[in-house]
Amino acid sequence: MKIKFLSYFTIGIVFGVGLILSGMTQPLKVLGFLDIFGSWDPTLAFVMGSAVITTTIGYKLILRRTSPLLENNFFMPTASTLDTKLVLGASMFGIGWGLVGFCPGPALTAVSSLTTGTVTFVLAMFAGFWLVGLVK
Amino acid sequence: MDIWQYSNGIVGGTIIGLAATLLLLLNGRVLGISGIAANIITGHSYSRKYSISFVCGLLIAGWTTFKIVPAALADSPVTDIKVLALAGLLVGVGTRLGNGCTSGHGVCGLSRFSKRSLVATIVFMSTAITTVYLTRQIWELG
Repeated sequence: MKIKFLSYFTIGIVFGVGLILSGMTQPLKVLGFLDIFGSWDPTLAFVMGSAVITTTIGYKLILRRTSPLLENNFFMPTASTLDTKLVLGASMFGIGWGLVGFCPGPALTAVSSLTTGTVTFVLAMFAGFWLVGLVK
Repeated sequence: MDIWQYSNGIVGGTIIGLAATLLLLLNGRVLGISGIAANIITGHSYSRKYSISFVCGLLIAGWTTFKIVPAALADSPVTDIKVLALAGLLVGVGTRLGNGCTSGHGVCGLSRFSKRSLVATIVFMSTAITTVYLTRQIWELG
């Protein structure tokens, strides 16, 4: 019980450090990456690339096991159908991301600066989670 | 200077991948931060306290860094509160409808060769690039 709590907390720290080091918590840099028709900054391509390579190798090794270390079974996503909700949701997310340069992880890390901008973004994001939760 | 930035990017990305790997190894879950954060208020997926401790870890990492290197946590160049609120709402609703964001679809989904995640990643990258093109190149808003 306590060890599970601690594991989520520690992995949260590791994830946060990764986001900060990679520059994801600097929206101007993120926008520079998305600005492929302007002065394009390719740094985040290296971030995505190395994250995907590391995870692909890690997942391959771990999924040979029958269970994770602290639970009885894996909780892998099972949905496989491509539907309108997926495309509509991803479109909306991309527009929001492109408008200000924050996606959820970096926003939740950067909000610790407690600036008006980051707090506004995060509160609105939670309002969005809540709205969809109501419908679901 | 570019080489330094790129190597920071590679180190940072590898650590992000390490976090995703650890969450699967220890807790058997895919690291999707929008799902983890949303679970704090909906509690639909699993015990809320695990999501809360994960987000507390993120906040501690952010807060400590902010105390030492404030520039590492920057504000958006967009300062209009209405735009920030609209963007936050779009990100919140969008990631729940689409069941994932940059971490869940972009990193973990691609790493397990999910077709849904590949489609989601292509879609959100395209709309984000289009949005930046329109706001920065065409309308020159920021």
